[in-house]
Amino acid sequence: MAKKLMKGNEAIGEAAIQAGCRYFFGYPITPQNEVPEYMSRRLPEVGGVFLQAESEVSAINMVYGAAGAGARVMTSSSSPGISLKQEGISYIAGSELPCVIINIIRGGPGLGGIQPAQSDYFQATKGGGHGDYNLFVFAPASVQEMVELIMESFDIADYYRNPVMILGDGTLGQMMEPVEFNPVKKRDLKPKDWATTGCAGRERNIVNSLSLVAEELEDHNIKLQKKYQEMKDNEQRWDLYKCDDAELVFVAYGTTARIVKSAVNQLRDQGIKAGMLRPITIFPFPEKAFAQLPDSVKAFLAVEMSAGQMVEDVRLTVNGKQPVHFYGRTAGVIPTPAEIIKVAKEILGGER
Amino acid sequence: MKLVFERPKALTDRQTHYCPGCTHGIIHRLTAEAIDDLGVRDKAVGVASVGCSVLAYEYFNCDMQQAAHGRAPAVATGIKRVHPDNCVFTYQGDGDLASIGMAEIVHAAARGEKITTIFVNNAIYGMTGGQMAPTTLVGQKTTTSPYGRQAEHCGHPIRISELLATLPGAAYVARVSVHDVPNILKAKKAIKKAFEVQMSGKGFAIVEVLSTCPTNWGMAPLESLSWVKENMMEYYPLGEYRTPEEVK
Amino acid sequence: MPKVEFERERCKGCELCVSVCPTKIIFMDEQINKKGYRVATVKEMDKCIGCAMCARICPDTVIKVYK
Repeated sequence: MAKKLMKGNEAIGEAAIQAGCRYFFGYPITPQNEVPEYMSRRLPEVGGVFLQAESEVSAINMVYGAAGAGARVMTSSSSPGISLKQEGISYIAGSELPCVIINIIRGGPGLGGIQPAQSDYFQATKGGGHGDYNLFVFAPASVQEMVELIMESFDIADYYRNPVMILGDGTLGQMMEPVEFNPVKKRDLKPKDWATTGCAGRERNIVNSLSLVAEELEDHNIKLQKKYQEMKDNEQRWDLYKCDDAELVFVAYGTTARIVKSAVNQLRDQGIKAGMLRPITIFPFPEKAFAQLPDSVKAFLAVEMSAGQMVEDVRLTVNGKQPVHFYGRTAGVIPTPAEIIKVAKEILGGER
Repeated sequence: MKLVFERPKALTDRQTHYCPGCTHGIIHRLTAEAIDDLGVRDKAVGVASVGCSVLAYEYFNCDMQQAAHGRAPAVATGIKRVHPDNCVFTYQGDGDLASIGMAEIVHAAARGEKITTIFVNNAIYGMTGGQMAPTTLVGQKTTTSPYGRQAEHCGHPIRISELLATLPGAAYVARVSVHDVPNILKAKKAIKKAFEVQMSGKGFAIVEVLSTCPTNWGMAPLESLSWVKENMMEYYPLGEYRTPEEVK
Repeated sequence: MPKVEFERERCKGCELCVSVCPTKIIFMDEQINKKGYRVATVKEMDKCIGCAMCARICPDTVIKVYK
């Protein structure tokens, strides 16, 4: 298939359809409106169903219904809308249902702004909704990568019977890059014999997350935790850039990683041994990547478009072995390579 | 001699947790009878809501999905859009439908979503211990309106049937009662019609059933049936507010 | 001869059936069931007309009607 120039938000839609998604429920919110708009055009073309819900709350509950009925289903929103969806997401995870959720993050908190941000990391990885559960979370750094990860996400969601979230931001959503839709690695999936399709010829199915007996609910939670452990054991993904002999390792994901990459290249040109560790899954957090780093590493610098969220996971993982520094811009302001380089030099200046 | 009346197949034999005399039991049975009469049990997917009937998935003998408070019509929309030939219904109380779920029910009706909603109106919040509901009558005492509901403070109760009947997408809107056997028979007819409207693809159908809450009204079961007749029926008149013949 | 059967252990003693029986043959038994309720019961079964009004108002599907 030839490469096509596509806007990120539209590529999201096409990737979902290529992966067999035939149901989309969403609600307009900037900067992701092109996603529902694209789905409203394309889904009828492939015999799918698009419905604009009356709110993000309603949309996530439509997703919950469709997922319970056995469908491949997606929703998208942006930060405030994702906040609205949290109860529904907790229900989906608690009921062990698959779905894909796209968050095109914007500056917050509250109504915030419409410029790109990474300030929903905590929301995505540390809960968001109530209860002990986790989302499988991907953080792509290009439209092509976003397309590939979304295409894998539906199988991953079905395999684990868990929601998968894709963190994008306004940059990824709005930018146009060349994209091709190639088949991705498929998983061995069990049939959805638990779905509510009507009980003809079988015992009835119940899709539910309520359990009033504490011990039973605990057993259920233990089962869920086993899933998340399996994700941690088998699904961590990351990219190491120029880390073989690095002394300062940047940790950055998504759009920020592209900016950091420029900073790394410029630092290397100046003879400074910089490298970058780019998480691709942020749940499970790529702890194994840190174990692969050389002994030359003297310090870490986490760079985020937030007040410092992923940096906490970096600190937890590094566990005091080296200092972990942070640099970030918030509210939709995008850091430049120059300011990142300045901070890096200050840190290295302090290391003797 | 033959058996002329027994539990419908669309009800499990679980003994319910409902209070003695609670009309949920009657309404569950009427819903199940309608499903049996129409032969749609193996196509049915029920959506349980949050309230006293939160455990409805234990009682209806068909595929069931539990919904978050107020969201059953949205969940039902998801299911019905995936399986348009199935018989998808929600079973909701007045807090679930008329308070937190007001947007979901209005929009499901507006979209003409082909689902059937059984709306149990007992003018109070049962499960949480007797607080005021959007359907609580003026002057009615509840745990959050201890002086009686005052219209100047928090308005008048909402008449859901009249409200939804203004929407073209609502193909069948009816209000019934179950306080005596003749009304129980009429209620069953309305519930069956509401399912027929779905199966014939005409649009959204809802039956509002005036019901009792003996425990939180502070009455014996028999007395609570009279309370419906003497107090609720005047404000909530029975009848069909929108019928399929009106839908083109 | 019509008759009704009450599944004792399901009955919650709400007395709705007692109020609707046209031949007034349903009454609440002194004996309680395992749940602690006095259950609805019939002694004069010969007066049962099999109208099923009791079964229709019973919220707990306690009653089977034969005719």
